[in-house]
Amino acid sequence: MDTLVAQLQRQFRDYTISLYHQGFLDDQFTELKKLQDECSPDFVAEVVSLFFEDCEKLIGNMARALDQTGNVDFSLVGSSVHQLKGSSSSVGAKRVKGLCVTFKECCDSQSFEGCVRCLQQVDIEYKSLKAKLQDLFNLEQQIVQAGGRIPQVDI
Amino acid sequence: MASDGGVSCLRRSEMMSVGIGGIDSPPLDVDEVHVLAVDDSLVDRIVIERLLRITSCKVTAVDSGWRALEFLGIDNEKASAELDESSSFRQVPVVIMSSENVITRIDRCLEEGAEDFLLKPVKLADVKRLRNYLARDVKHSNGNKRKLPKDSPPLTLSPDSSDSSPPRSTLSPDSSDSSPPPSTLSPDSSDSSSPPLSPVEIFSSPLLSPLDDEVDDVLTSSPESTPSLVRRQKMRSPGLD
Repeated sequence: MDTLVAQLQRQFRDYTISLYHQGFLDDQFTELKKLQDECSPDFVAEVVSLFFEDCEKLIGNMARALDQTGNVDFSLVGSSVHQLKGSSSSVGAKRVKGLCVTFKECCDSQSFEGCVRCLQQVDIEYKSLKAKLQDLFNLEQQIVQAGGRIPQVDI
Repeated sequence: MASDGGVSCLRRSEMMSVGIGGIDSPPLDVDEVHVLAVDDSLVDRIVIERLLRITSCKVTAVDSGWRALEFLGIDNEKASAELDESSSFRQVPVVIMSSENVITRIDRCLEEGAEDFLLKPVKLADVKRLRNYLARDVKHSNGNKRKLPKDSPPLTLSPDSSDSSPPRSTLSPDSSDSSPPPSTLSPDSSDSSSPPLSPVEIFSSPLLSPLDDEVDDVLTSSPESTPSLVRRQKMRSPGLD
């Protein structure tokens, strides 16, 4: 007989594994989880929340810089990309980080179309990750509310 | 720019001798380490702060080199005098954190006196390893670990390999363009989380060169007593716990 808690835990486990296998997350996310404990039970959620705010701010900067038609400061775009690459790396946002690598190359070669394309992709990607992590955190909450413990998932 | 940073540690005795302002916080144990973490990225600051707290360090995180110097009570105008007279800051270990894995840069950091170099993203194992040998080093500190600028060519931890300007030490008395703006903070008026004792400094490159696009975070730590060969071996562990 499968209890609600067991079902939720299985869902949580499967979902977590899929996020890693599909390349949304990498082992740095696992590292963040190690830093979460009873004293800091929401650490991961807090850090990723800051990361998404960072994304929004940096993408805004990049968009503004790219909007200066005929006078785009690619080094400015590049520095925002560099920052985004750094923070995505720190939280394990693997796809976002990967896009930043390509984006940086477009900045370095001053490819306007390339940069615009990368900007769109980065925007889509961080929002997609944000939604997925929200689903993951919701699952955690449901498990706890159903009286269960959040399982350790080995990737 | 860059998401690089650093950490530095000072021992209680060293902090006292430098005359850092009133100790408002409760005294640390002899083995306790206070880390000053410098990183311009908020996300990275939060992560490194947590990493250090989990390894039983007291942490102060700031977002720039200017603030780091303010925290340490180094008045820019008096910087030369303070740094020449006091050997304490020279004993503060500095650890560099960077996402840039360029061996020549890493070597340069180490040659110029950095205690260690951590590759970002920083992992718990990296900080634990650092914590262990820093605690040892801090305990056995025996003075003068880092070359003063006057003893050696000035060093800039510039990530830009095409940069031909001479390097400058982060705590260089040479107040040229890479120095922070004049600070009016004296040690006594530093904030309530005043440095305490034994800070290890972890630094970011913004301290060194705001224009660099691959600035490294710096961690400053206690005087290092390990030879450079060992330091190299201490570079980023392969993720073993």
